[in-house]
Amino acid sequence: MGAVIDNFDVFAGGFWLTLQLCILAAIGALVIGAVIAVFRISPVPPLRAIGTGYVTVFRNVPLTIVFFFSAFALPALGSNANFLRIPGLEQIFTRLSIDLPYFRFAIIALSLYTGAFVCEALRAGINAVPTGQAEAARAIGLTFGQNLRFVVLPQAWKAAIVPLGSVIIAMIKNSALAGFFGVVGDLSNSGYALITVRGEPTIPVMIGISIGFLIMTVPLGILLDRIEKRRAVAR
Amino acid sequence: MSQQTTLYDAPGPRARRVTIISSIVVGLLVLVGVYFFVYKPLDARGEFDMDVWAPLIDPSDDDFSALWTRIGDGFKATLIAAVLAVVASLIVGTLLSIARIWLKSASHRKWVGFPAPVAILLRVIMVALDAISRIFVEVFRGLPVVITVVFVWLGLPSLGVELGDLIWYLVLGLVLYNSVVIAEILRSGMEGLPVGQREAAEAVGLSSAQTIRMILLPQAFRIMLPALISQLVVVLKDTSLGFIIGYEEILRITTQVVQILDNQIQMYVVVGTIYILINYGLSKLAGYVQRRLARGSKTRNLPVDAEPPAAIGAGVGGGLA
Amino acid sequence: MRTTRIAAAIGALALALTVTACGGDDSEGGSSGNASFAAGSTMEKLNKAQKIRVGTKFDQPGFGLKGLSGKPEGFDVEIAKLVAKALDIPEDKIEYQETPSTVREQVLQQDKVDIVVATYTINDKRKAVIDFAGPYYIAGQSILVKADDASITGPDSFKDGTKKVCSVTNSTPATNIEKYLGDKTKQLVLFDIYQKCVDALKGGQVDAVTTDNVILAGFVATNEGAFKLAGQTFTEEPYGIGLKKGDAAFKTFINDTLEKAFQDGAYKKAWDDTAGKNDTSELKIPTIDRS
Repeated sequence: MGAVIDNFDVFAGGFWLTLQLCILAAIGALVIGAVIAVFRISPVPPLRAIGTGYVTVFRNVPLTIVFFFSAFALPALGSNANFLRIPGLEQIFTRLSIDLPYFRFAIIALSLYTGAFVCEALRAGINAVPTGQAEAARAIGLTFGQNLRFVVLPQAWKAAIVPLGSVIIAMIKNSALAGFFGVVGDLSNSGYALITVRGEPTIPVMIGISIGFLIMTVPLGILLDRIEKRRAVAR
Repeated sequence: MSQQTTLYDAPGPRARRVTIISSIVVGLLVLVGVYFFVYKPLDARGEFDMDVWAPLIDPSDDDFSALWTRIGDGFKATLIAAVLAVVASLIVGTLLSIARIWLKSASHRKWVGFPAPVAILLRVIMVALDAISRIFVEVFRGLPVVITVVFVWLGLPSLGVELGDLIWYLVLGLVLYNSVVIAEILRSGMEGLPVGQREAAEAVGLSSAQTIRMILLPQAFRIMLPALISQLVVVLKDTSLGFIIGYEEILRITTQVVQILDNQIQMYVVVGTIYILINYGLSKLAGYVQRRLARGSKTRNLPVDAEPPAAIGAGVGGGLA
Repeated sequence: MRTTRIAAAIGALALALTVTACGGDDSEGGSSGNASFAAGSTMEKLNKAQKIRVGTKFDQPGFGLKGLSGKPEGFDVEIAKLVAKALDIPEDKIEYQETPSTVREQVLQQDKVDIVVATYTINDKRKAVIDFAGPYYIAGQSILVKADDASITGPDSFKDGTKKVCSVTNSTPATNIEKYLGDKTKQLVLFDIYQKCVDALKGGQVDAVTTDNVILAGFVATNEGAFKLAGQTFTEEPYGIGLKKGDAAFKTFINDTLEKAFQDGAYKKAWDDTAGKNDTSELKIPTIDRS
């Protein structure tokens, strides 16, 4: 394991960058997913069509292709995703503000892709709310928006939290692809470079990368299992 | 669906008018937005020019048939890898789920009737195996598929293990992840069965291995069939990771082709569309199987979720891409 | 696009008239052409099997790129054909295997291929585990910029930490340029193929693309005046043919084959048909290193 200890800074830096990417993309995915979920259940047909189309496309296309489009089609549209240079966030997530846009493109790709799965998780949560709740809300005269805001969504969140957690875990793992689309220094790729460029032994380095990811995914998975079990008992 | 309509009243004449107007407004806004922010900049870059599209859509173009032959080869390679990975994952996953269920009961067994040292030894072994299988599942469920694929590809040869063609490294990498997911799907299927099933099996004198094989597993498979089909979609998308190790699936071939034809965006649009069509078809199939099962007489009384189970848990966990 | 390539080919043909002849003495061991090889040698073994396994790249324009036909094409592929011909093995009996940079030593050590011709730079680290025949070409790393960009004149232009440069993951050029960067995270972008770097240069996401000059020359030629090379080459990359370590007879045989090809024009033709199409500079014939 000497290769991991000698290059600890590489792994630590990569871990931190991947973590930043995951946090930002998770926020993006939750926002996009919530909006699309509302679209899908809204009374306006074109919005429903947009929601359904969005989910169909992003659930069925490989993430690799989504990454490609955000890294090459966005620039073709003349955007460097500068709208993500959000003041305040820049101080913590330093990569957000640099000139090279690929970190921002990676956030967009991951958010768009994961958003479709977030939407489905939320919809499953909404479906889990007993019909009587929404009907009662309508009976006392709440509009669609009020119905969602005060009655359905607060209960749906609860039912959706475990599936949402699984979606976020999947997203953390998916972030390993960012290194292949111009993000320099993330966990998987900086480790990979240790093997291919510096000629460090393969197995220890791969174990090092794996540990980095497991630190992020396994505790989250165990936490979800806990919540799920407690929920099962409560029922 | 019925749930959704309960969120708002059936529209009256006024609400219907509002809906129609707002529909038109939204539709127009989308069209205008697409024109100004997508079509115009792309057109300005010549992304709609015939010389980048012709090899893809014009049969009289010199490169048309060669290009589509390669695209066909690419999708064939993608499908072969996906099918191999799914079949192998099913086999390994089934064995793993049996092992997990069996070990769970075996680790609590007291081994009455064995001499004390043997009984203790067996107990320790079973507990250890149970722990190992749990760690195995946690580790491979928590790792990105890219990492397992690259790990297998670079790591095995450095240990002196050769698998031969590149496809086997990709398949093994995919199997490591997907077999664990399938094992968990089946295990939760078996554990979700009514307790009476197991008790009845034990009452008629079946051993625990027989109970799993003859009673629990067949039912779990049936309930979980839609989830398993959804997993095929995940695997199909994950084969695209073959491009990283150089396996010539469709995306790898795309990267080669665009260096000759210089039409990246067009190629990816076409390849992405084909992917969506295939996977959409598979999802529809999963939904159909789901409905068949819900209607089938033998399974009518079994717990079947309203959504294909994979839509929530494992399927999304489904990894990369 | 297509017309530029034809123009480039004509340019290359004109160049073909100005052949520089250097290279070694007559090769006495050059037994190519007849099928008698020393008993027990690798040459005899390959000749008898009528099959040679060649490791090359499938994604390197000009050197080894799988064409629409599904067959690899390029200068490296032509060099492999020359070697096969000297062994009396027909072209269609050559088995090409893709060898990305990461696995080149590995496939030789594990005897998965007989030779590796894959823009393979000769260096001491690699020489410790495998042998090289050649070099058959001397490339040098250079920098591609937009035609109207005067601010980048060489690798030193990256030192102030503002200019952004793109290269390919896990490649020697990427490692080389890192030394010149002020801040790697703000200046370096890596993709799997150079095409993507060129797209990023077109879109303005990066200011420069760096790799070996011949590859960049290809992009200058295919993009009709949009790009130029900035400054001179700043490294020397002698491309060799990778062989299993310790097979001295095979190494000598390939060296002889190369020298013969240098002299009889087969080498020049191979170059002009492939990577040379886009390179306007004079083809320098390298000196074989027989140490």
